Amino acid sequence: MTATLDIPAPVAEPAPQPAPEAEAKARDILIIDYSGDLEKVWAMMILASTAGAMGATCRVFVTFWGLQAFVKDSKRITGENWMQKMMSFMQRPGVSHRKLSKMNFLGMGPWMMGTLAKRYNVASPKELLDVALSLGVEFIPCQMTMELFGLKREDLIDGMGEPVGAATVIGLMQDGSAPLFI
Amino acid sequence: MALEIAIRVDARNLSCPMPIVKTAQAFKTAAAGALVEVVATDPGSVKDFEAWSKATGNPLVESGVEGGVYRFVLRKK
Repeated sequence: MTATLDIPAPVAEPAPQPAPEAEAKARDILIIDYSGDLEKVWAMMILASTAGAMGATCRVFVTFWGLQAFVKDSKRITGENWMQKMMSFMQRPGVSHRKLSKMNFLGMGPWMMGTLAKRYNVASPKELLDVALSLGVEFIPCQMTMELFGLKREDLIDGMGEPVGAATVIGLMQDGSAPLFI
Repeated sequence: MALEIAIRVDARNLSCPMPIVKTAQAFKTAAAGALVEVVATDPGSVKDFEAWSKATGNPLVESGVEGGVYRFVLRKK
């Protein structure tokens, strides 16, 4: 037997990282985060952080009302013109300021949900967001929504991906990501 | 023979998905082949740890319950 060992050529540089929007694999998870309602943001954060914990590649496309939850909690009024400013005035942005779609009752409902969650050791949407980010979940803002609401990158939380559009999302689905619309 | 546990995760009183999340975080620091023990009180964790083990490929070595506390031993692949 001749000794012809296949020795791989030394790699000069590490392989370039693929762009986030390129080439999803089957088994990847794609969540379209549309709603800004407390209960739906909560469900989305639970699923996203669990996907990260299970080692799945999980992307969350954050659009329309969903993007309001990704504005920094410290921001009160966002937007460029009076209508955009008025919209943020009417619905306070930030993950910690979500309202329930039912039983909001001037904030009584969310307060009770938060109190019950603490009592039963259920992680809050804010805690789950931090967990998801630390587990490599990629939150991708919708470019069009940013323009519609006059949101700037500095209004949004740190650690989000580059803003993209609907074509990227459809492309990820065609590449085999399991899609979920919340 | 007692198993050599490298990392212990206390997920008692935590609700879904935190037992799985804490386990995933502990596995990040574990060496290959190391055993990680998790204790939890969430009844859903029995099925969840089976699913996590299957999805991540880290074998579930032991699974049991004693006095309302679920105990899982997993090996890092």
